[in-house]
Order: sequence, then C-alpha cells, then structure tokens
Amino acid sequence: MRDGEPLIRWVWIGDHVGELAHYTGVHLRLGLLPVLFGLIISVPLGMLCHRYRWVYPPTLTAANVLYSIPSLALFMIFVRYTGLTERTVMIPLTLYTLSVLIPNVVDGLASVPDPVRQAATAMGFSTVRRVLQVELPIAVPVVVAGVRVAAVSSISLVAVGQLIGQGGLGYYITRGLQLDFPTPIITATVLIMLLALVTDALLVLAQRLLTPWARGKGAKA
Amino acid sequence: MIRFDAVSKNYPNGTTAVDALSLELAEGGLTVLVGPSGCGKTTTLRMVNRMVEPSAGTVSLRGQDIREVAAPELRRGIGYVIQHAGLFPHRTILDNVATVPLLLGWGKKKARSRAAELLELVGLPATMAKRYPYQLSGGQQQRVGVARALGADPPVLLMDEPFSAVDPIVRGELQAEFLRLQKELHKTIVFVTHDIDEAIKLGDHIAVFRTGGKLAQFDTPERLLAHPADDFVADFVGQDRGIRRLSFVQASGLPLREGPVLPVTAPVADARSLGEPWVLAVDAARRPLGWAAVADLPPGGTLADATLAPLGHTFALAGDSARAALDAALLSPSRLAVGVDAQGAVAGVADAYELSAAIAGASAGVTTTGDAAGAGTGDGTGVPTSGAPDTTPGGVQDGTAAGAGAPADGEAAPEAAAPAAPAAPAGQAAPAEAAESAAPAEAVAPADPADPAAPARPAAKLTKRDAGEGGPAEQGGVGGGER
Repeated sequence: MRDGEPLIRWVWIGDHVGELAHYTGVHLRLGLLPVLFGLIISVPLGMLCHRYRWVYPPTLTAANVLYSIPSLALFMIFVRYTGLTERTVMIPLTLYTLSVLIPNVVDGLASVPDPVRQAATAMGFSTVRRVLQVELPIAVPVVVAGVRVAAVSSISLVAVGQLIGQGGLGYYITRGLQLDFPTPIITATVLIMLLALVTDALLVLAQRLLTPWARGKGAKA
Repeated sequence: MIRFDAVSKNYPNGTTAVDALSLELAEGGLTVLVGPSGCGKTTTLRMVNRMVEPSAGTVSLRGQDIREVAAPELRRGIGYVIQHAGLFPHRTILDNVATVPLLLGWGKKKARSRAAELLELVGLPATMAKRYPYQLSGGQQQRVGVARALGADPPVLLMDEPFSAVDPIVRGELQAEFLRLQKELHKTIVFVTHDIDEAIKLGDHIAVFRTGGKLAQFDTPERLLAHPADDFVADFVGQDRGIRRLSFVQASGLPLREGPVLPVTAPVADARSLGEPWVLAVDAARRPLGWAAVADLPPGGTLADATLAPLGHTFALAGDSARAALDAALLSPSRLAVGVDAQGAVAGVADAYELSAAIAGASAGVTTTGDAAGAGTGDGTGVPTSGAPDTTPGGVQDGTAAGAGAPADGEAAPEAAAPAAPAAPAGQAAPAEAAESAAPAEAVAPADPADPAAPARPAAKLTKRDAGEGGPAEQGGVGGGER
C-alpha cells in the first residue's frame, strides 16, 4: 500500500454509490439463486434418501466430493460449456450447497417424530399427502438451518467468481488489488459480510413466521 | 363387529408376532388387548386399520373383509390414539382435531366447528384451540389425541397404550373420563395396554396374549380374575387377583348381621349385657359414631360417656364393592365392617371371615349381586344357585346359553331366563343385563381355553355397567355383528 493512503476514502464510496448498489444486486443474485436451485434439487433427493436409506451414503459422498473440488477448477470446467457467464458461477455454487442441504433435508424428515408419522398414516393420509402436509412442514426448521449455512457460504463464495469476471462485489476486491487501493477492497468485503448477516437474519425471521409452532423448542442452527 | 379369523403375522426373519388368532369383538364394547411386550397385541391392533397386513387369515369389520377397502379410506373411518398422542406439532390444536374431517373434504369451516365441539367433549377449554401442541401438558395432549381420533365420529376406536406416558394421577383422571365418554359414545374400542390393572379397570372384555402372539384367554375382567385359564394368565393378572376381583362384587349383596349396635344414649350396662368385646354407638338416626371397647367402659352412665374409637371407614351398601367392605373390616378396631344405607344409617355389620365366605359364595352365584351367577361353575364350591332372586335369571340363562352355543345369545337369553325367574323383581333388568354380558363372552368359544372346564358360563353384572351403560348396543354384539 502506498504511503499515506488511508484505509478508507469515504469520498470514493460517495462517488460509487450507484455502482456499488448495482454490484450488490448482482452479488445477491449470484449468491442466492444457487441456494434456491440447491433446495429444488435437495428436497426430492433428500426425500429419496430418507425413504431408501441405502441411497443416502453414496449421495452424501457424491455431494461431499463435489464440495471438495476447488471452485477455480469447477469454473474452468464449466467455462468450456457456459462461457464467462453468471451461469458458470452459479452452477458450482449450486453444487456446493448440496453437501449442506441434502443432509439437512434428510435430518429434517428424520426429525418427524415416529408417533406423528404413524398418527398421520392412521388418520388416513395417503403417502403423498402425508409427506406434503405433515412431514415436510415439520422438517422446515431443520431445512432452514441448512439453508442459512448454505446462503452465508454461497454469498461469500461468489467473490471467487471474479476469476472469470462474474464475482459480484468481488469485482472491487480484484480492482483494489490491481490498483493497490484499499478502499474498494474493504468496502466490498464489509458489504459482502453485511449481505450474509442480513440474509441470515431474514431467514431466521422467515422461519419464525413460517413455523410459529417450533418456537418452544428453540430452532436448531 | 371386528372379527379376526385365523389371523397370523409372520415376519421374514422368522418371528411370529401373531399366531392363528381368532377373535370377535362386540359392537359397542371396549376390548382390552393385554400381555407382556412382544406378545403381538399392538400388531393385532394395527391389523384392524391395515397399518400391518396379516400374513394369513382375514380381519373383517362389520362383516366386510378390510382388504376390500383402500387403506387410507378405511383408516378415516377408524379413530386411532397412540401413546405419545402423536399430535401434529405444526398444526394448532383445533386443526389437529379437524384432521380427519378435512381429509374427508368437509370444508374448513365445518371441520373446525366439529373440532371445537370435540375439544369441549374431552374437557378442554376453547382457549386452547389456537395453541400448538408444545404448549400443552402431556395429559392435555392425550385428550387432544382422543378428540382427534373422534374427529369424524368413527364407530371404531383403536387405542395403543394411550395413557401410559402420563403420570399415575393424570392417568387415573384420563381413564375415568374416558369411561365416562365411552358411556356416552358407545364406540367399539380396541385398547392395547401392558398394564393389567388398566385392562381390568377399563375393559368389558380382556384378551390376554402370551409371548409368541398366542391368545391365552379372552374373557370378562371378573372371569379373568376368578378363572384364569392357565398358570400364565394367573401369573399375569397377579398375586392379588383374589382381592381385586372383589371390586366386581357389589356390597349390596353381602350378608350383614345386626351386630352389637346401641344408641349412644343407652346405658353402659346394656353394652355389657350384649357379651361382645366392642359396641357400635349410633346416633338417633342410626348413623355410626364410633366403637366403644366394652372392657374400657366407665362404671356407669351412657355410651356417650365412653371413649369411642374411630370407625376406620364404613362401606355403602349402594355403590361400594365387596373390596371396600373387606377393607372396612380390616381397618375397623372391632374387626367388624359397618355397612351403611343411602342415608348413612347402619344397616348391619360383618367381619372379614363372614365377608370372605360370602364373597367365595358370590363367585358360585349364591349372593344377590355376585359376580357369577351360574350353578356349578367349576369354582370348587359347587354351591347351587339359590335364594338370589335377581341373579337367578342370569344363572339360568347362562346355562342355557352356553349349551345353545354362541350366535343368538342376546335374543334367546331373556326368554329362556324369564320363566325360570318368577321371583325377579319387576322393573329389574336382570335378564337383559345378564344376557348382555354373557353374549360377547360366548363369541369366542374356540379361543377360550376355560370353556370345557366351565360349561356353565357365569354371567356378570359389572359395576361399571350398572352405572348406566345401556344394554342395547351390547346385546347385538354377536348376532348383530354383521349389521
């Protein structure tokens, strides 16, 4: 860092408010859409793993193996098919969420007390209705706990996408490094952290509203 | 109503949960399945609503093989209550209770108003409707469980150890209320428990299972206590079955004698002249005041001047059982139990020995309200029915019915009994009642090992039933099972 350069030049922030807002929006999209896609994949997969226990270990191993592939390597693989687009960032991030979301869906379904499942069957719920109206709603708190972890990690991972030019606020981090100018780096880092925290807080709030019945138990994080 | 025909359940690993079970449960009756763990009682219960499918044999409900009905549809017509209530944690109490009506497509408004009625029926305040299960105590949750099972007013209720997860005091309350509810509703109930006391308290009939899914005995509670089919059953019902069966003998039938009873105003000389060690002092209305020990009486004056020992407790001729009478005798300082009438006036006294003789006779059908009325029941006493106007019909009917075999009991019995019982007081429902309790027992002749030993089946007049549970529903038990 150049001598005399302050950590933050507030003027720069003031000059870039519009641009910062734009990249914040992009960052949110890149970070959260993969969580949504991950959920769409994990719920049926998790249900399958719950129903047929033998499916679970290989599925979980596969998800963990995917998670262990460095993001850089995954970007390079997908670049060949999807180019330098947002999709190239979102596909790996989606895959990463699976290693958190699948086990949480499975645990969530397993958290349905046996007497409740039996009662539902005995009341005359068909299997499909039982899953949709009883088991999945009861799994929500555990699933949301997984979503929180996935969302926070996904939001912070987006910045890596800057390697292929799609990193949301990560743009400012590489720019700052290139220009040896700390203000954008710090600003982007703080914004990313704030995004993660606010998203997490909103998810907690959403869960409270969605599952007022779970309040007594203290939702697992 | 519910009929098991040679039903077995075997698992691929070779275990047999239920072994060739044949059983017929009467409509409107409360049948308890009881036995040690692993005896197949819960499996049996779950075969009724197809939660478990039998490996062999058929289960039929009102004459229809239950496999002919799609499982979810069948289940909506059968209430189900389980040990930990199994309430849906994500639904309010009201919506929990409305579950089955909603499944049946009643519409939200109608389902909820029905649910509100049911909450009231099981004694829960309306303020609870909007709460979630976690906000309720275990006992309250169990009430909601019962309400939910009654949702669409199903004729049949299956209950799998519904009261065993709550503390003994709450359990007692729930049991009492449950009996009250059943008196109103007359559901056909199958109730599983491992607790023989609960079985005896609640059941009209009890099926005792032994390990390996075999039915050991199917009988009325008092018969089970009086005539356990074998050592296993005797052991299972416990050491104190002799005492417990006294609960089924009404105190009103016990022989009482005048005894050493004197008004408290009587001179002590009168007390001495009776030649008894204790004298019971009574007030002007013959209400008991206490026992006076003759040896400790003052030299002169009246009994009022004597120190009276407390009574222990008395027993009421109307309402109390022989068990209370015997207990009164054991606790009394004079060893004499004091029987009182409805006004609290002394009707007479008896000691434990006299009571036990009467009670032993009761099982052979001698006393007026004994728990068994048939002559020669194989009880060992062999005392023939006599001098018991209001149970004579029961005894006669029983012999007849047992000889005639099962199906038509309910109808045939009163006719058969009537001519033989000219002494039966008018207005006394003895024949009908006797028939009622005898009929379901007959239904399972093949499964009842006690049968050959005791061909004349004692009829029982259950204390529980006397309190007003109607005969009609029961009478159709066997013959009307198909309706």
